[in-house]
Amino acid sequence: MVNECVVNAGHSTGDYVTINIGPSHPAMHGTLRVIAQTDGETVVKADPEIGYLHRGVEKLGEHLTYHQFIPITDRLNYCSAIANNVSYEMAVEKLMGLEVPEKAQLIRVIMTELARIADHQVLVGILGVDLGAFTPFFYLIIQREEIYEIFEWYNGARLTNTFGRIGGVEADLPDDFDARWRELRPNLFKAIDETDKLLTHNRIWMDRTIGVTAFSPEDALAWGFTGPCLRACGVKRDLRKDEPYGLYDRFTFDVPIGKNGDVFDRYMIRMKEMEESIKIIDQAYAMYQEMAPDAPLMAKVPKVIKPPVGEVYHATEAPNGELGFFIKSDGSDKPYRIKIRPPCYMVYQAFPELVKGEMIADLIACLSSLNVIAGELDR
Amino acid sequence: MEAYTGSGWLLTRLEQLVNWGRKRSPWPLPYGTACCGIEMMCALASGYDMARFGAERPSFSPRQADVLIEAGTITKKMTPILRRIYDQMAEPKWVIAMGACACSGGVFRTYSTLQGIDHVIPVDVYVPGCPPRPEGLLFALLKIMDKIDMEHPLRGEISSLVEGK
Amino acid sequence: MTMDLLKGVSNCLGPLVVASGEFRGDVTVEVPKARIAEVLARLRDDPNLAYDFLVDLFGVDNLDLYEKAAKPKKKTEGEGDAAEEPKPAGPPPPRFEVIYLLLSLSTNRRLHVKVRVPEDDLSVPSVTGLWKAATWPEREVYDMFGIRFPGHPDLRRLLMWDEFPAHPLRKDYPLEGRGEERILRYE
Ligand code: SF4
Repeated sequence: MVNECVVNAGHSTGDYVTINIGPSHPAMHGTLRVIAQTDGETVVKADPEIGYLHRGVEKLGEHLTYHQFIPITDRLNYCSAIANNVSYEMAVEKLMGLEVPEKAQLIRVIMTELARIADHQVLVGILGVDLGAFTPFFYLIIQREEIYEIFEWYNGARLTNTFGRIGGVEADLPDDFDARWRELRPNLFKAIDETDKLLTHNRIWMDRTIGVTAFSPEDALAWGFTGPCLRACGVKRDLRKDEPYGLYDRFTFDVPIGKNGDVFDRYMIRMKEMEESIKIIDQAYAMYQEMAPDAPLMAKVPKVIKPPVGEVYHATEAPNGELGFFIKSDGSDKPYRIKIRPPCYMVYQAFPELVKGEMIADLIACLSSLNVIAGELDR
Repeated sequence: MEAYTGSGWLLTRLEQLVNWGRKRSPWPLPYGTACCGIEMMCALASGYDMARFGAERPSFSPRQADVLIEAGTITKKMTPILRRIYDQMAEPKWVIAMGACACSGGVFRTYSTLQGIDHVIPVDVYVPGCPPRPEGLLFALLKIMDKIDMEHPLRGEISSLVEGK
Repeated sequence: MTMDLLKGVSNCLGPLVVASGEFRGDVTVEVPKARIAEVLARLRDDPNLAYDFLVDLFGVDNLDLYEKAAKPKKKTEGEGDAAEEPKPAGPPPPRFEVIYLLLSLSTNRRLHVKVRVPEDDLSVPSVTGLWKAATWPEREVYDMFGIRFPGHPDLRRLLMWDEFPAHPLRKDYPLEGRGEERILRYE
């Protein structure tokens, strides 16, 4: 690693020190790597290198049938696999012109929002760990285990759920979802509340996060930011509101926005979004309870999926931002080309801009707050 | 234990003593590269709490680690780095390959994925699953402990001592 | 609505639109490769369209598509889907495509802009001057397809390592690769 970094970065400038961080570094989440040039403790230039988790997902998609690709989408953003599954299924449904039954859509909404909560919990927990606060991680992960239990007991897997099918979902919510949700709901609020008390007004936390790597909305848009990172900069944009897909136009929820686009705002947006997600689940579940128990869960889908020739792009609001699937079909049972637009890819490419002139320790805070998931970053 | 307090002595074999020491504190190097890393995190965190088995201190530096938990996909781009991390670990060392990807490449039979980390480093315990449950990882750690128990850490040294005399 | 959009786009671009189409509400326009930066700038600055956000940019390799379209003609069997493809007349159509996904933040409308890239001239002008968001996607297209982007500030491989000998997303590259290995030498 050391040698490679010297080759790439060069020893050009006088007093600058080149520091290689990653890919095996506790703060780099496994597979990210940043080569930073520092002047004392200030970062002069940072050059992220990605691709350490490039698994060839897009190429693999060209060799699998439409249904077989659903499990692969789990492995993109593995913190919230369900959001990816739903996004991909919706893209294929758009390609085929399918109309998904309402009940299935409600189940999707409930599950996606649960996944969103789990994802944000990981982010807040890990952000705390990276800044030296271990406790919130333990608080949050207990609730996350309960969410995983719901997932597991809906479809048998904790993390890589392979949720839903093209044209609907495979099963109804289990009978005791009601009891589980009623037990989980107050606990979620409690966990959010406890984390809030531990972190938000904590002096050290505020010093480490407020004003760190602030970003202006114009820059954020030019760099292609979406999702919480864009909202932290003060741009109110949420695909669930702006281009409502599924049933999202029927729910009332707020889109929290920040002011400065710094680490603190990114953290606050996530904290607030968790509460909004709980609101959405409440409404969706109330609507779900009004549906007939034998309402259909699947649209009429042929056994072998052969969409017509054409290209579609469909985007949904994943926990990280706009997750889009571009699918080009040549009329056969396999996609001709699948392109995934991962949200954190665009965010992470602005990383050199974000950390320029900041301290080396703030680089870690910034990276954590962007929620860069290597699986979807490198695909 | 109360009966044993106070001064006194215990009789054991030196090898057993060494094994006992190694077995009860396998410091893991959590090398989570992909989805399995998230499950490994769960195993290390509250709830599953791997520290119960002596894996108290996740050591992110390879030099102080005993057990390399390789959780996640290793791509070809990452391969030399994994090898280097393994080389940096001090003897004795053990490796857990967690997840289908680490064991065999898993679902990713593609141009950029290494088809199993045993192509580059020796593996002691394979944990199948995509991802394995945290219990699976804990079981693998127990297996490593069993393995440590069966080792003869001093055999080479003693025979060389004997021959030296 | 899509008709309005198409009309607006062709008003804005005039003769620059080579072809246009619509599928399930997604509007695609094809423009000449050399003028892409100009086209995107016009689409961005037009007050009615205001496509001010670059969502993504990626390449497509059409090699298999053309082979498939060519085959049934020889064998004279299996019309179906392949028959819908426009029959390639004269020289083969350009092999690669680069597709730009645009979004208008004020009207929430999307547009796909497509350029075709022939195999003997693998270069498309870079649009990093318009949107910084194009930086990594262009590097990725270079990495995966070998299409160059003159004007890009730092065109290196993005996902594969630097010495990787092929462009993996091309259709003639096998899924399981050709046994490339990465070798790093230390000291
Ligand atoms: S085994 Fe499965 S869960 Fe684990 S890293 Fe591989 S794809 Fe991800």
